[in-house]
Amino acid sequence: MDTGGLDTVAADGLLSATWLVIALPLLGAAVLLLGGRRTDRFGHLLGTATVVAAFVVGLLCTVALAGSDRRSVAVDLFTFIGVGDLDVRAGLLLDPLSATFVLLITGVGALIHVYSIGYMAHDPRRRRFFAYLNLFVAAMLLLVLGDNYVALYVGWEGVGLASYLLIAFWHERPAAATAAKKAFIMNRVGDVGLALAIFVMFAQLGTVSYEGVFGGIGTLAAGTITAIGLLLLLGACGKSGQFPLQAWLPDAMEGPTPVSALIHAATMVTAGVYLVARSAPIYDLTPTARTVVLAVGAVTLLIGAIVGCAHDDIKKVLAYSTVSQIGYMFLAVGLGPVGYAAGIAHLLTHGFFKAGLFLGAGSVMHAMNDQVDMRRFGGLARKLPVTFVTFGLGYLALIGFPFLSGYWTKDAIIEAALDRGGTSGWLLGAVAVVGAGLTAFYMTRLMLMTFLGRPRWTDDVHPHESPSVMTAPMVVLAVGSVAAGFLLVNVFPLEEWLAPVFGEPQEAEHVVAPAVVGIVVTAVMLVGVLAAWLFVGRREIPVVAPERVSPVTRAARKALYADTVNESLFMRPGQWLTRALVWVDNRGVDGAVNGLAATLGGSSSRLGRAQTGFVRSYALGMLGGAVVVAGALLAVTAG
Amino acid sequence: MSDSLLLLAMLAVPAVGAAVVAALPGDREATAKQATLGVSLVVLVLAVLATLAFDPDGERFQLTSSVPWIPGFGVDFALGVDGIALVMLLLVGVLVPVVVLASWRDTSPGRRSMRTFFAWLLLLEACMVGVFAATDVFLFYVFFEAMLVPMYFIVGSFGGPRRQYAAVKFFLYSLLGGLVMLAAVIGLYVVSEAAGEGTFSFTALNDLEIDPTAQRLLFLGFFVAFAIKAPLVPLHTWLPDAGAEAPIGGAVLLVGVLDKVGTFGFLRYCLPLFPDASREFAPLVLVLAVAGVLYAALLAMGQSDMKRLVSYTSIAHFGFIALGVFAFTTEAATGAVLYMVNHGIATGLLFLVVGMLIARGGSRLVGDYGGVAAHAPKLAGVFLVAGLASLALPGTNSFVSEFLVLIGSFPTRPVFTVLATVGIVLAALYVLLLYQRTMHGPPRGVLFPADDGGTADGGTTGAGHPAGGATAATAMATGTATGTAMATGTATGTATLPRAARAATRVHDLSRREVAVVAPLVALVLLLGVHPQPLIRLIEPAVVATMSDVGVGTTDSPEGTD
Repeated sequence: MDTGGLDTVAADGLLSATWLVIALPLLGAAVLLLGGRRTDRFGHLLGTATVVAAFVVGLLCTVALAGSDRRSVAVDLFTFIGVGDLDVRAGLLLDPLSATFVLLITGVGALIHVYSIGYMAHDPRRRRFFAYLNLFVAAMLLLVLGDNYVALYVGWEGVGLASYLLIAFWHERPAAATAAKKAFIMNRVGDVGLALAIFVMFAQLGTVSYEGVFGGIGTLAAGTITAIGLLLLLGACGKSGQFPLQAWLPDAMEGPTPVSALIHAATMVTAGVYLVARSAPIYDLTPTARTVVLAVGAVTLLIGAIVGCAHDDIKKVLAYSTVSQIGYMFLAVGLGPVGYAAGIAHLLTHGFFKAGLFLGAGSVMHAMNDQVDMRRFGGLARKLPVTFVTFGLGYLALIGFPFLSGYWTKDAIIEAALDRGGTSGWLLGAVAVVGAGLTAFYMTRLMLMTFLGRPRWTDDVHPHESPSVMTAPMVVLAVGSVAAGFLLVNVFPLEEWLAPVFGEPQEAEHVVAPAVVGIVVTAVMLVGVLAAWLFVGRREIPVVAPERVSPVTRAARKALYADTVNESLFMRPGQWLTRALVWVDNRGVDGAVNGLAATLGGSSSRLGRAQTGFVRSYALGMLGGAVVVAGALLAVTAG
Repeated sequence: MSDSLLLLAMLAVPAVGAAVVAALPGDREATAKQATLGVSLVVLVLAVLATLAFDPDGERFQLTSSVPWIPGFGVDFALGVDGIALVMLLLVGVLVPVVVLASWRDTSPGRRSMRTFFAWLLLLEACMVGVFAATDVFLFYVFFEAMLVPMYFIVGSFGGPRRQYAAVKFFLYSLLGGLVMLAAVIGLYVVSEAAGEGTFSFTALNDLEIDPTAQRLLFLGFFVAFAIKAPLVPLHTWLPDAGAEAPIGGAVLLVGVLDKVGTFGFLRYCLPLFPDASREFAPLVLVLAVAGVLYAALLAMGQSDMKRLVSYTSIAHFGFIALGVFAFTTEAATGAVLYMVNHGIATGLLFLVVGMLIARGGSRLVGDYGGVAAHAPKLAGVFLVAGLASLALPGTNSFVSEFLVLIGSFPTRPVFTVLATVGIVLAALYVLLLYQRTMHGPPRGVLFPADDGGTADGGTTGAGHPAGGATAATAMATGTATGTAMATGTATGTATLPRAARAATRVHDLSRREVAVVAPLVALVLLLGVHPQPLIRLIEPAVVATMSDVGVGTTDSPEGTD
């Protein structure tokens, strides 16, 4: 396997300043959090400036990297933890994969910072919002730039913290506070997997660095490699909202919408894909773990798409769409070498159009007094022309309308799945195609309910287009939604750029001709659009969701009972256990030990009468102790 | 040679200080406070000087001094530190001034004056220095027992409503452990006498080959005392009572330092002196350790009293430390020592900030608070930092130690480590549940008495809206009067809303003094979270020596474990 991407050299010149990419937003966060109210006036500007600066540095570094012949440079900063055989470096690795992510994170991040200046303009805690956003960007950059699994883990939990803080940004609302906690806890369940994977690596290989692990992984037993692969996957599932840890992501929409765009659509939730892709040398050696990745991706892809069809909350539909699209990415990277680049390409285009869609949704909410119920929208196209057009382009890109971004990158995944051959290839291909149809259905339904048809507004809303500080980023992202796919596939092929990491692209032997795949997928997409028009567009939309619906719709509205399962399997038994243990500890353990003490020393009466006799009992205790000491010493001397 | 006097000075300065403060006239409380703060700062400076004078790659025990004390029994007044003891002294040096400042405005609940409290505090500091700096087993025992007295009075005279029950319980448990240990200390002397010269010197005893049966008995004697002190499940039930009833300053030192004497004792005395017995009993200890990690975490979740809750979290953390000590690898044991320091800082901070909340509301119950974050953002922020350190989030100091304990234990004890790793989910649960219940949500509880009728909930946040997602976001982003008032909280813009205005006058954010109390600990949480290596450098050589005493090296090479 030619994954010679780890032929790394030490950074010099501009590239040795890579750490600045992380340091700039981190500094922003620190200044805004420690500076307090003094920084209220310019906090949003400083926060935005640091991310823009990080983008510029990241861009310069990427250009320098592209110009160097090694394509992989290390920046070793200091010893983070060094004990015994363990040597964890604070070190960065800039290679085509991490550079790509740096540009995505800082680029989309900068746009969303700009948008937030407008979106959060009237929020009295805007400075704090920008501080948390900056913190997120710094942690996310550490996640992708770290040159070892512990650095990744630090960034991994760091973005989890930022996500927690931002979901709970309006923490007076119990729903927001609960959603934040849920997100953190479910992520931590995944983090246990990631942590254990690191422990196994250290136990077996004595190192946690990418270089060391990938170099030695081939010497391990197949079972061990599979175990590492599955543990990493557990971590990836938690962070990326993949089955069975998907339930937190839709709830995370309680956070302000720019957060949903940046963290819960474009960047953080794709970290799981990054983890699997970064760990390619591990997954290359374990078909079993890869198959599980595939299965997780396929199942999640369908779950997200099905549930997305039944929700009326615009942000929740987009959230389930994200769950589903990340399912596509997992499917891609689960395919192994043929899919890594395709998965990352879809991740990038998804970053553009989904961030754009969320910003558009935010613009709609801005216009509609922060309502999110699409049954109360309708006919907004005329009132919000810029939002409509940019959102519409994102919509077309997402459903895979020919020659827009999603078309290129989603088709590549479907092709790769079919190329796997055999029953599993056909099955995965079919799932991916059906998913594309469902995607077209729920997104068309969203468009129809929001922008077209008759207005069903509540009386108190007066829709108006958002200020240009908000629409400008939407326009940029819309341009990306249109063009990014074409550029990444045909003009600056991502596959070749990433070749130092994933190996040279190979000419696949196609099971089905790409042209046929393109036509079939487009046809299925059109069926989805048509179905949405038949079921939603043609009819009057009731402002209250109908009660009499099919069992499938009911199940989809309940998110296929994910919460019900979690609550009855974990939460309630946990609460009972906790209550039972508190009782046991108070009555049982304490009682038993007190009772034992009473039997041995007759002290229970003293415990009971402690109120009056504490000095006496203390004195008695000391006296007893002294007598024993003296007696023992005498005994020893005498002996 | 003045270096050798450093430890003696660290012992003598607070002891003399205690006497002076105690001797002050009763009405000179302010002077007493200032003197106590001054003395504790001097000890901190001495601890820093000791660290500077310490060479990590030098002799195991440094800054040593020794004078014969009870020559008939070979007892010396011998002081000296290895890296492990040194970092514990640093912890003592940092925590005591913080505690003094934190107790500045405390009032005595009983008859005794706060002057006495500060005198006991200094005496306690002297005892803590002694217990870590002693290199003579008998001297260690004396300080180990003596430590009880000031803490007993701090809890019993200056604590909460059930302080006397808690103090006596604490005292009896510790005394029981202490007596068992005394028997073992004497047994050790007997053994050394049988082998040649009777001695209590740690170094001499360390060289002794003790036969397995005697090792087992002596190990158990020390172990029981340390397991009560640490405390390990099922000997833990005194701690929630003592932790809850102790005044906050006392609770910080009790959980932050005193309990560490137990885990310090495991490392300093159990492992090196009784290596065979340690290896033999390790599985049993590990069972208790991991049971503690899980059991205490679940119990923490079920507590309604915040101070009891923090006490239970500490029991869970002590489980991690015990796991690290008895996994017998350099990485895990170094992690365990670092954990002792970090836990003192992180849980100390958590206790302090919980205390600040209690000082405002007058109640220890979680259920009596809610929505504090909107009105006291600094307090909420520090609360969060402390909580995140408690759940060992990367970037905080506790992550490094917990990670080291787990990654170091995994190669030798994979099953126990996997079980303990589940504890990190439970830790997230108990911290975030506590934080959500007290800091998040609409303002309610004792700090916002007007809200008890629940009028605020529906009205301001619009929770009654059919679309759950919209609700308060409406108020926030569009800046309606209610939204603004809700969020700005303490300062301006609340005039339009009498309820919020009242709340603003009731809930003060952290005062300057309180900021000064928490700032050093917050800084250490972050600093040691990013750059722990200087402390690790101090600790590791002593741990390597301990591990070679117990007959194990670093983790096996990859080939070895296959």
